Amino acid sequence: MPIYGTALLSLCLLTGLTVGRMIGAALGVDADIGGVGIAMILLILGCDALQRRGLMKAPTESGIVFWGQMYVPIVVAMAASQNVRGALSGGVMAILAGLSAVGISFVLVAVLAKKGRKEENPS
Amino acid sequence: MNVLDGVLTKNGLLTAFALIGVTMLVSYWASEKLTRGRLHGSAIAILLGLLMTVYAGGKNGVADIPMLSGVGLMGGAMLRDFAIVATAFGVRMEEFVKSGVIGMVSLFLGLFVSFFAGGAVAFAFGYRDPVSITTIGAGAATYIVGPVTGGAIGASSDVIALSIAAGLVKAIAVMIATPFLAKAIGLNNPRAAMIFGGLMGTNSGVMAGLAATDPKLVPYGAMTATFYTGLGCLLGPSVVFIFVRSIL
Repeated sequence: MPIYGTALLSLCLLTGLTVGRMIGAALGVDADIGGVGIAMILLILGCDALQRRGLMKAPTESGIVFWGQMYVPIVVAMAASQNVRGALSGGVMAILAGLSAVGISFVLVAVLAKKGRKEENPS
Repeated sequence: MNVLDGVLTKNGLLTAFALIGVTMLVSYWASEKLTRGRLHGSAIAILLGLLMTVYAGGKNGVADIPMLSGVGLMGGAMLRDFAIVATAFGVRMEEFVKSGVIGMVSLFLGLFVSFFAGGAVAFAFGYRDPVSITTIGAGAATYIVGPVTGGAIGASSDVIALSIAAGLVKAIAVMIATPFLAKAIGLNNPRAAMIFGGLMGTNSGVMAGLAATDPKLVPYGAMTATFYTGLGCLLGPSVVFIFVRSIL
């Protein structure tokens, strides 16, 4: 049944968010550190274990895959819930502070992404 | 009309599904017919989503309109994280491990670069006290790191508001710019996506930017970006603040 997959997905995220919160608390910040990443690792390991035992049936998988495919529409809904006016109301300084961080980061992505490729293929 | 209003408001999540579904349909149609696939349908959809908020939005975008409150639920943290984790289904563990080190490096690099860029702009605009400079720098990391850092070190509320605005600008700029710059910066493989997630860090920006570029890259960017805000909240009021105070 698809709900088995959806339930597994929920358990992974709930566990990940709990662990992320605990890591945050241990470091003294009121924030989630890596919850989604931990949940992704749990999901990969969990599905792997089920597949090896032959317990991963197609309907179960569909309960996970559906939500993965809903990702883009959910992101569109997220974009439509952003405080765009708030961003613009911060004035020139806020806009420049945000944009300069983005600009430098894009340059660094290019540098790091290309550097690694050269190391991998020394041609 | 009142009957329809009531039905749409009471069933907000369904209204959101319908609205976003139509938005996707229009966007993919426009992508194919008007741009011949050059601009990805999801990129257009995200732009439309942002445009909607400019016309009708408040603090929570269009979700501030009662009839469209379901958009806030659909695009809120719960379902967003749920869908991100689901995209990791079918990804092999080795992919993450292979780029783990460079992912970590880009995470710390991204945080310090953003703190520095935001702080430098604040300095250029005449701020001289370490509390304000650190807070605005933290806002340039993400719109959560800004207020958390500012709250911890006692920034004034207008500086905190500026830091949130800086973080929002960053998120929106990443959403819009990523699909256009992806090719030029080599963002077309899992490793680059992990670097991208670590350097940008802003969850909403990274998620939407990658979705509009290539949805297959989403889990990799999410893997590193998920650590960014938490680490920023940890480093901002401590290491970064002490550093800024020592040089001013």
